[in-house]
Order: sequence, then C-alpha cells, then structure tokens
Amino acid sequence: MPHHHFYESELEDIRRKLVLMGEKCIDLVRLSFQALEQNDLSIAQRVLGMDDEIDELELHIDNESVRYLSLRAPVATDVRMLTVCMKGCHDLERVGDEASSIAKRVRRLARQGRPIGDLAGIPQMTEMVIGILRKSIDSFVNESYDEALSLPEIDRKVDDLNRSNYDILMSRSADDSKYVPIGIELIFISKSLERIGDHAVNIGEEVAYLIKAKNISHTDLVRRAPTRS
Amino acid sequence: MATVTATEPTLTEHTAPSPDPSYIQVKNFSFWYGSSQVIHDQTFSMPKQKVTAFIGPSGCGKSTLLRCFNRMNDLIDGIHHEGDITVGGESIFNPMLEVISLRKRVGMVFQKYNPFPKSIYENIVYSLRVAGRNKKSELDEVVERSLRNAALWDEVKDRLQDSALGLSGGQMQRLCIARAIANQPEILLMDEPCSALDPVATGKIEELIHQLKRQFTIVIVTHNMQQAARVSDRTAFFYLGKLIEYDETQKIFMNPEKPQTEDYVSGRFG
Repeated sequence: MPHHHFYESELEDIRRKLVLMGEKCIDLVRLSFQALEQNDLSIAQRVLGMDDEIDELELHIDNESVRYLSLRAPVATDVRMLTVCMKGCHDLERVGDEASSIAKRVRRLARQGRPIGDLAGIPQMTEMVIGILRKSIDSFVNESYDEALSLPEIDRKVDDLNRSNYDILMSRSADDSKYVPIGIELIFISKSLERIGDHAVNIGEEVAYLIKAKNISHTDLVRRAPTRS
Repeated sequence: MATVTATEPTLTEHTAPSPDPSYIQVKNFSFWYGSSQVIHDQTFSMPKQKVTAFIGPSGCGKSTLLRCFNRMNDLIDGIHHEGDITVGGESIFNPMLEVISLRKRVGMVFQKYNPFPKSIYENIVYSLRVAGRNKKSELDEVVERSLRNAALWDEVKDRLQDSALGLSGGQMQRLCIARAIANQPEILLMDEPCSALDPVATGKIEELIHQLKRQFTIVIVTHNMQQAARVSDRTAFFYLGKLIEYDETQKIFMNPEKPQTEDYVSGRFG
C-alpha cells in the first residue's frame, strides 16, 4: 500500500495553481477577443488587470516549486511534475502577455476612430486557440498522452489561419491605404493568437514528458509545420 | 470564470505562527566535559509547538545540548556549565527544581529504540506506575491515547500484553515515542530517532513528528539533511560547539547566509 507523505499536499497545491492559471488564461483570451469584437475598452482594461493575477500565479508556482525541490528531495514523477509546473507556468505567463497585447491593440484601434469592419479569420482562430489551450490544460489534468499529442495538428490549422489572415489583411491594406493602420493591428492580433497556439503545444510536450519521462520536443511527434519541399 | 484566487492560502502549514516564539531559551550557555569545552557561550531561542532541527557534523555539540534540555548530562561525572536554559521562562537549573519533574515535562526518544523487556502495555504505563498511579481505567486510557498519538494503536491494539521486543524496529521506535508522550510532556527531544530505521519506518516517524508538533514542542537531532528539511520548521547548524546559523528551515536549505552552512547542507563539507 503506498504511503503518503504529509508534504504531498504542497505538490498538489502547486499542480492546482497551474490548472488555475490555465483556466484564467482561457478566460483572458476569450475576454480579449470580446473586447475586440465589441470594441469595448472596459473589457480591454479588465484583461490587463487579470494579467497581473496570472503573473502573480507564475511567481507563486516558481517559488513553491523551488521550495519543494530544496526541502522535499523529490524523485521520479514528482520531479517531472515540478519541472512541468515550472515550465508550464512560463508558457501560460506568455499566453497572458499575448492576451494583454491584444487588449492594448484594441485600445489603439479604438483611437483610430473608424469602424474596424470585418475581422477576417480572427474569430475562428480565437475559437481554435481557446480549444487548443483547453485541451492542453485537460491533458495535464487527465494526464492524457494522446490528448497532449493531438495538439500540434490543431496548431497547424491555427498557423494556416494566421497565414491566410495575413494575406487577406495585406490585400485590404494594398487596396485602401486608410485601412493600413487597422490592417497592421489585426495582423499583430492574429500573430498573438498564433503564438498562444504554440504555447499550448509546449504545454502538451511537457505533459507528454510528465507521463512518459521522454522529451518529445523537436521530434516528429510534435512537428508543427508540414515539411516544405 | 475561474473562481479560485491566486492568494488562496495553501493547504500546508509552513507559515503558521508559534504560540510562543521564545519558549525554550538558551542564554550565554557553555558546557564542559571535564576540561574540554563542547559548547561555547551560545544564545538563541526555540518556538513552542514547532519542530527545531539540530544539524552539524559529529562532535559539534548538538546532542550534548539536546541532553541539557532534560539534564540527562547530570548523570555524567565531571560536567559543568555556565549560563542558563529556560523553558517557558523558568530555569531548568533552578536548585529548587526536581530533575524528575523536569524530565516529566521534557520527554526523550533515542537513536536506538530501547523498549523495556515488558509487554507493550507495561512499557507505556511504566512511568505512571512508578508515580503510584495504578488505576486500571486511567492506565487503559493513557495506553490508548499514547498509542494513537504515536500512530501505533491500530497495529498493536489486539496484542497489548505481548512482549514489546516482538515488534518490528519501526514499531518499537513508535512505542518509545508513545512511552515518551504517555506523561504528556511539553517538549519532546529526539536524538536521531530514525537512524536505525528503514525508509518506510522513517516515513512513518516523520509523519508522526508532523502530527505531534500540534501538541508538543519538538527538538530533533539528525544527520539526515533531507529529514531536517522535511520535518522541521527551524534549523540550527552547529560546528565545533558554536551555532553557526539558525533560521527558518526553508531559509537554511534554500538560501543560507553563511557559506559554511551551504557547504554542510549540500554535503560539500570538509
């Protein structure tokens, strides 16, 4: 019968904080898109405030992980859990930054004082990015290797959408020089969403490492873009 | 929306305050075996209902100091001390104080488990019988409470009259802890309580220490760095009879002030 140590609750606490951070990141991405779609500066402001909470969680997870490594002499799965939490919280912190960046661009777009118009593939891309983030957190919670490995394929579709957004927005800017300031902001927003997809894939790689004790980064299992001929 | 907040307290207790941060006070304390001085004018205090770990290489004076707290060293010829040690503000060297009453308040568990060659039951009630307390209902109650507190009750409740010497090593050490807490002391001294135990029994004793600190103030001497890190709230590092560094355990193991402490806790000493 396995014997449980009294301090294991500390590791569980770190794990729960990472899940919480993931949930908050999903909320943040959703809100940043709402701010864009509804041209709502108060929502944009809320996103920036919530990003501070995410930064605080990152610090907490980092500090508690170092404390656990120093005081509890963890081995095997426990060590991998800690490295996953430490690396995962950095990816999630970057997700928070990208969502903040979107919120800031919403503010700049508002200052242009003209309607933004059609958002190209950004709404669809946001849904996909929220989906891939959700899957990355679920794969961690359920410790599902298959779910973790399903992320790169979704990410490739996100990348495709980003490229198509770029083409659409560049073409609009070429047709109408007054559209250029809007087009540029939307291209950057699309790029932020694309980066969030990458961070979700990173988390999936970490989860795979947690489960199989094998680092699959930079292998064919997680190849992000199809090989170009 | 996520409902848990970032500032939600953790499930762990590593920040809970002590009811008395200066419960045991060591004041300008020096100690000699004959002409050999083993503790040099040390002053520091230990908190109530916390675990304080003494670490340091052999011969650094940590076990000697531990044995001062219940005046076990009085049994050795040629010893003398200077300075004072107080528990709850009261000097343990007060000439009016009976050593026996001090030892009732300050229990001790040794490196090698040392149950009496008697039954499990009689091991625990021994000190009560010596004090003339023989009422069966009271003794039964003390036996059950002590064994439960020592996390041994479930394993031995059906064989209390069996010889204590038939228990496993880990069980014998927990029996010694049960015996030490039978009289409800305020302080529990532990001198390398796990050094003769396997990792499973060690884990159980560590868990027990974690439970017991809610009721008792614990001072533990250990050579096992990981054990000090896991079980203690504060850690004192001794070297050549001097306290080199004394702080919160996480400070000692994560970012000690003195290079000597870091060398010792990371095993690079000497």
